[in-house]
Parts: sequence; structure tokens; C-alpha cells
Amino acid sequence: MTAVVATKRPRKVKAGKDDLVLRGISYLGVTLFAAFCALPFVFIVSASLSSESAIMRDGFGLLPNEFTFAAYEYIFKAPQQIIGSYVVTITMTVAGTALGLFIIAMTGYALQRKDFPFRNGISFFIYFTTLFSAGLAPTFIWISRYLELRGSYLAVFLQLLMTPWLIILMKNFVRSVPHEIVESGKVDGAGDFRIFLQLVLPMMKPALATIGLFLALGYWNEWYLSSLYLGSTVEFKPLQYHLYNLINTANALRNSVAGSNVSITDLPSNTLKMASAVVATGPIVLVYPFVQKYFVSGITVGAVKG
Amino acid sequence: MATQANVARQVRGGRYEPLPARSRKSLLRRIGDNRTLLLMCLPAIVFFLVFSYAPMPGVWIAFTNFNYRDGIFGSPFVGLRNFEFLIQSGQLWLLTKNTILYNVAFIVLGNILQIALAIMLNEIRSKYFKKISQAAMFLPYFISVVLVGVIAFNLLNYDTGVVNALIEQSGGDPLKIYSMAGLWPIIIILFWLWQSTGYGSIVYFAAIMGIDNSLFEAAAIDGASAWQRIRYIILPSLKPTFIILLLFSLGGIMSGNFGLFWNLVGNNAALFQTTDIIETSVYRMIISQNNFTSSTAVGLYQSLFGFALVMTCNYVVRKINEDYALF
Repeated sequence: MTAVVATKRPRKVKAGKDDLVLRGISYLGVTLFAAFCALPFVFIVSASLSSESAIMRDGFGLLPNEFTFAAYEYIFKAPQQIIGSYVVTITMTVAGTALGLFIIAMTGYALQRKDFPFRNGISFFIYFTTLFSAGLAPTFIWISRYLELRGSYLAVFLQLLMTPWLIILMKNFVRSVPHEIVESGKVDGAGDFRIFLQLVLPMMKPALATIGLFLALGYWNEWYLSSLYLGSTVEFKPLQYHLYNLINTANALRNSVAGSNVSITDLPSNTLKMASAVVATGPIVLVYPFVQKYFVSGITVGAVKG
Repeated sequence: MATQANVARQVRGGRYEPLPARSRKSLLRRIGDNRTLLLMCLPAIVFFLVFSYAPMPGVWIAFTNFNYRDGIFGSPFVGLRNFEFLIQSGQLWLLTKNTILYNVAFIVLGNILQIALAIMLNEIRSKYFKKISQAAMFLPYFISVVLVGVIAFNLLNYDTGVVNALIEQSGGDPLKIYSMAGLWPIIIILFWLWQSTGYGSIVYFAAIMGIDNSLFEAAAIDGASAWQRIRYIILPSLKPTFIILLLFSLGGIMSGNFGLFWNLVGNNAALFQTTDIIETSVYRMIISQNNFTSSTAVGLYQSLFGFALVMTCNYVVRKINEDYALF
């Protein structure tokens, strides 16, 4: 499935005039749409590299206006805030992805075992949560008043560990592992857990990569649960929530460069917002080319229902 | 659940295995025999118990005058009064209307663009061109919605936004876009298409790649034009994919795209008339008003309505093609 994008349909047919027209339109259409998708990123990067006065005069533009690194210098003059956010986000992403992946793989494997009598019941138990949910308010009250997790990173960390969709996705992937493997393991006297750990898991690398990617993205891009459960109670906010605050409140912007004695009027607020966006997004865009194919396999395998 | 479908799937997969005959062993015995596999499922079961099932009794809040101190079942019972208020104020109707209209626009425009894009991608011969253009098209789906909010600020803000800079350069007066409610449906739909069209086209592209090549060869021998190839081969073979995706998205028509809406609009009351959907309103009630009763009531309404929709859509899918039904 992952090869879908790369494979080329072999076609012996000679191209007629209308084929060439269609091909021309296709190249043009795809180019335009790709540009439409990429342009906003160019705007952000350009703005972050412009001088504040130029932006105040001319507005944001396609190319850097009066090229300068001033906004980045501001961020890294007092980098505690952004480094703290990075540490929080990276820790959560690594730990959450590893733990979540392990649990999802175990569950997906067990639910796919045809000789497991409880698999339909448990599958439905998990799947039902996508059909009906308590809703935001009861969940919020349950977690903050009864579990008392408000203000704790755990409220964010735990809730992002797994989703029904990822478990279904894993089930679809495990289906491709031949049942004979399990049988052979059993014949050799291995227990179910050892069969999973030593025989099945090594065969599921593409699945682990795909689902790991979605988990990692969930943690990295997380701002929503932080806004509900962390608010301003923690010193270091997860990265995207930190960015969210910078964009939406002027005070947060001043605090983020706290320590440096800048008055709010001197602050290059427009370019600083853009530079913060680049700093908060940068790493994920850098790893993107290497993980793109797993991203694609996620939706093609996931489209087959469980 | 879905035993027939399971049998069908196993046969289709070419490795038919009969379902285990109903065991006469006692439940305890079966648990004992499968303790390892059960233990492997345990963390996930606990997870969904704690974070999905345990909050469910909390929907009771919708029928109470909730206060934090007395808790869910200590607060006074008020019957359906919370719902009456939401209906009488017209809020429930506005939220329902906005949520459904946005989703209809997303479904219609999204599918048209995704199919068009998939057909065009199929015509691209250069491997590198395809790779690079796809990388650009998936990127918006990959980044956080917070960045989408930054992009909107970059493009649309009054003082320095790209759009207003362009308007001023061509001699016009800048627009206060963040207070023009009428513009926002278009803005939100454009951002949604920007974010999801590339990624959504993958499913259709995979379906096109799956078309039997002999169909195209036969068509070429019969002298079919490029347009006829699209009209009579590609579009008909996308129909099943389209119908299934359509029905699933109809099932989700009551849920929104909270992150996108919130990061574009946020707490900007001037735009609520045209931009407020169920999920943004529920979130706002909690974050800025601590209003748990109304938000629970709206959330319960959404859950029940959505549940009925999914059930109906699944029933229809099952009628069309049992293999595709969810359960």
C-alpha cells in the first residue's frame, strides 16, 4: 500500500492530442494547487526574517522586507521559555509515542487473533466510544474534579495515548501477518506474549512507523488539552500551546522574552509572532520528507474499515 | 457483532477459517485459557474505561443546575430546563444550522476537489514532480492548527496582513476582515480546503491506481478520448469509494472541525453569527464562562443526534454493500 504513490501505471497506449491537453491541464492544476498549499509557509518565513518597521510600513509580503534575524535574536536572547516548552513537548512526544505504540500494538494484535474468543466484545467496547461520547464538559469535570489531574501534564499525556481509530488501523495492519507465524510459535511452546514480542512485532515495522507517526504528531501538535487542563498553571507550556498563547495575547509575548528589559512598544511583535511560529514548527517540517510515505499509508490502510 | 461480515472478509482474503464453534466451556475457564491475550488488551480497556466510559454518567449534568462544590449528583435537578433555555434563545438552532451547513460545504467542495486532484495526479508522469507536489499538498495537514491561526493572522489582520497590503498597494482602503462576519464562511472553507484536499485526495488516487489496466487498454483500442476515459472508466470506478466516504462524512455531520474554527475565529464575538459551531460554543462555555450545564446539554444533544446519524448512515451503507458497513 505504501508504494501506491510511487508506482507508475505502465501504459503502452500512444498519447493523442486530447491526452496531451489533459496532461497539460493536470500539470498546471497540480502546480497551482501545490503552490496554493505552500505559499502561506513562505509568507510566514519571510515575515519572520523581515524588520519590524518594514512590516509596519508595508505589511507582510512574499519576500523578506529589509532582511534581518532580529526576531530570532529576541527569542534566543531569553530562551528559557522556548527551551522549556521544547523539553516538555519532546519528552511527552517520545514517552507518549513509545508507550502508546506498545499498548496499541498489543491490543491490535490480540484483537486480530482469530482464536481469541473475546475479540468481538472488546473491539465493540473500544469502537463504541466513537459512536457515543460523554462530551467535553462531563469529561472535563471528571478529569479535573474527580481524577484531580487539572494542572498536571498527565492530563494531557494520558489522554493522547491512543484513539479507537489507531487501534482499528493497527488491527488492519496486523491482519497481513500470516497466522502460520503464530501457529509455529505455539508449536515451539512460546506463550502468547512472547509470540507477539519476538515473532509478530518485528514483522510490523511499517505499521509501527505509521501509527507511531500519528501518535507523535498528536503529541507534537497538541494545544487543545493543554488549554483545558494546564492553562497557566504550569511554568512551561507544551510548544504549540505556548505558540497559541503568543499569538492570542500580547502579555504572553512580553513574558516570553521576560528578563530582557523591553517595553511592549519596542517589541517587534509582528515579526516575533512569525519567528515563534517558525521555531515551534521547524523540526516537524524537517522530519516530514522522511515520514511522508508512512503518512500516506495511514490513510490508505485506514480507509479499509476494521 | 458482524459475524457474517467477518466470514465474508475471510473468504475474500482467500484464507477461509471457520469461526470457532460456540464454546461450551464456562466463562471463567475461557478467561483462564486466554489470560495472556486478555492481559494484553487490559491497558487499552482501562484507558477507555477511565477516559471514555467513566465520564458518561456525567451527562446527568445536562439535567441539573450544576455547581462544582456539590458535584454531578449533588447538584439540584432541574429536568429539561437547560434544553428549554437553549431552544428558546435560538442558540441551539443557530449552532445546528452552522455546523450542518459548514459540513455540507466541506463534503461537497472537498470531494469534488479531491477527485479532480486525484485524476490530475494520475496524469503526472514525472516521478519527482509528483513527489514534490504531493509533499507540498500534504504539508498543511501535517502542521498544527495553531500554525493555521498564525497564517490567518499573517494574511488577514488589519494593520499588516498580506491581503490588506495588496489592497493598499492597488489603491484601495484596507478591510477590517476580523469584523466582517459575512466573509468568514468563505475564509473558513478556503482554509479547510487548503488543509485537507491534498491529504483527502490520497484515497481517490489509490482507487484510481487500483483500476484494472486492461480497461484503459481496451478503451484506447476503441479510440476513446481522454475525456471519455475519465467519464466512462475513472469516475464510475470511484463511485463506491465516493459513496462510502460520503455516508461516513454524513454520519459525522454534527461534529465539526473544532481546532480549525477556534484558531481562525477564537473568541471574536463579532463573527459568531456565521462561524459558531457546536464544538466551539461548548469549548467557549467551559473556558470563558465556566458554564457546565449548557455545555453538557449542547454536548449531549450533539452526541445523541450524531449517534442517530451514524446508525442511519451505517444502515444505508449496509443496504448498499455489506462489506463496507462499519458493524
